Amino acid sequence: MKKNKTAIPPGKVKKPVSSKSKAVLTQASPKPKPSRKRIKITIAVTGLNNTDNPGPGIPVIRSLRESKIFEPRIIGLAYENLEPGIYMRDHVDKVYQMPYPSAGTDLLISRLEYINSVEKIDVLIPNFDAELYSFMKSSAKLKKMGIKTFLPTLEQFEERHKAVLSEYGKKYGISVPKSTPIYSVSEVYNLSRDFEFPVLVKGKYYDAYIAYNNEQIINYFNKITSKWGVPVIIQEFIKGTEVNVIALGDGKGKTIGAVPMRKQYITDKGKAWGGITIDDKQLLKITRDVISKTKWRGGMELEMIKTTNNEYFLLEINPRIPAWVYLAVGAGQNIPEALVKLAMGMPVMPYTEYEVAKMFVRYSYDMICDIKTFEKLSTTGEL
Amino acid sequence: MKIKKNIAVSENGFVFDPTTGDSYSLNEIGTEFLNLMKAGKSKEKIQKEIMNKYDVDEITFEKSFHDFIKMLATYQLIEDHEEK
Repeated sequence: MKKNKTAIPPGKVKKPVSSKSKAVLTQASPKPKPSRKRIKITIAVTGLNNTDNPGPGIPVIRSLRESKIFEPRIIGLAYENLEPGIYMRDHVDKVYQMPYPSAGTDLLISRLEYINSVEKIDVLIPNFDAELYSFMKSSAKLKKMGIKTFLPTLEQFEERHKAVLSEYGKKYGISVPKSTPIYSVSEVYNLSRDFEFPVLVKGKYYDAYIAYNNEQIINYFNKITSKWGVPVIIQEFIKGTEVNVIALGDGKGKTIGAVPMRKQYITDKGKAWGGITIDDKQLLKITRDVISKTKWRGGMELEMIKTTNNEYFLLEINPRIPAWVYLAVGAGQNIPEALVKLAMGMPVMPYTEYEVAKMFVRYSYDMICDIKTFEKLSTTGEL
Repeated sequence: MKIKKNIAVSENGFVFDPTTGDSYSLNEIGTEFLNLMKAGKSKEKIQKEIMNKYDVDEITFEKSFHDFIKMLATYQLIEDHEEK
């Protein structure tokens, strides 16, 4: 039930819904008082791919630009020349091209060393799952360079992987759908012993498809492995409503912020193109429990399924801020700002409230760019 | 038969369930039913009010009200569903 539905006595005519009508159910969140002088800070952000499969970079930058505490200079780090965020000059002050994480951590860090020698980065916010490992592994080097991060520990990162989610569920007492990693097509034919169709076929970082037979599993297996490699995760399909929570853990067990959201409009890639904040206390309790038990450090997104019996199943934990973070800011919790404060070692008061029924609706927008900007980035690696 | 406490109903008949994020549109009579239910009125009182206000016979009211309650139950908008 994703769209506005009708509940009308028989024989009656549905009235159009006035655009002025409000669903007012708020947990009013006081806006932070503007501080007299904002702190100048240089923040490097990745994930500028504001495409139909959007990275969180631009929403994170928007959130930081609205900070009442920081006055950020934003350094965009881009992996591809056509990441839209590169050309959004109101958002990024400077952009540098980065080598793909798959090229190796040394190359990545060496490039960052150069960028840091020019920009003197205070805080780095990586926004891609695929790059997190490299940055986490290099945390000591980054620290030496004076770059602060606020990332999960390697252990936290590894234990919540989709391939080991069942163990995670057992360890922390969370219901998770049955799942198993597979590494080759030959394993597909053994799945019927443990799974009933349909099943979800998932990549280790991204992509998820519903398969109704073995042929479809094989098709999706090949599609996913060509992009993300193995393993591919086969997961029990649980019928229900997908609900998500963005949260921030302080690394000591405390939840600094948490806002639950229900997707209202989903793209063919399964991405939220519209969503609404919801008042789901059980979901928040699960989130706080996870953060408390795991002592989660950094931003995260919990993806869960709520069944019609009001049971919750954890589908995934994304170990970073999600692309819909700006909704949380609109609802009263500036999670990127709080993350920067944590990275800087500043005291942070946990958010306790947010506005329910705040919505976001995405849109696409054509920017007209000059070939010279593209040329400059392509030839010099910076813009 | 109680409407979930946190359900919001606007004067235009827009219903929002903050727990699920679902929203619904009601027509005039639906809005009236829901508001009367939210006010804690019994089915008998609702029936009396509606029949006083509109030219409707008991059978039509019964059918409409019953259908409405069933729909609310389907969408999990009521806390306890007792058919009376």
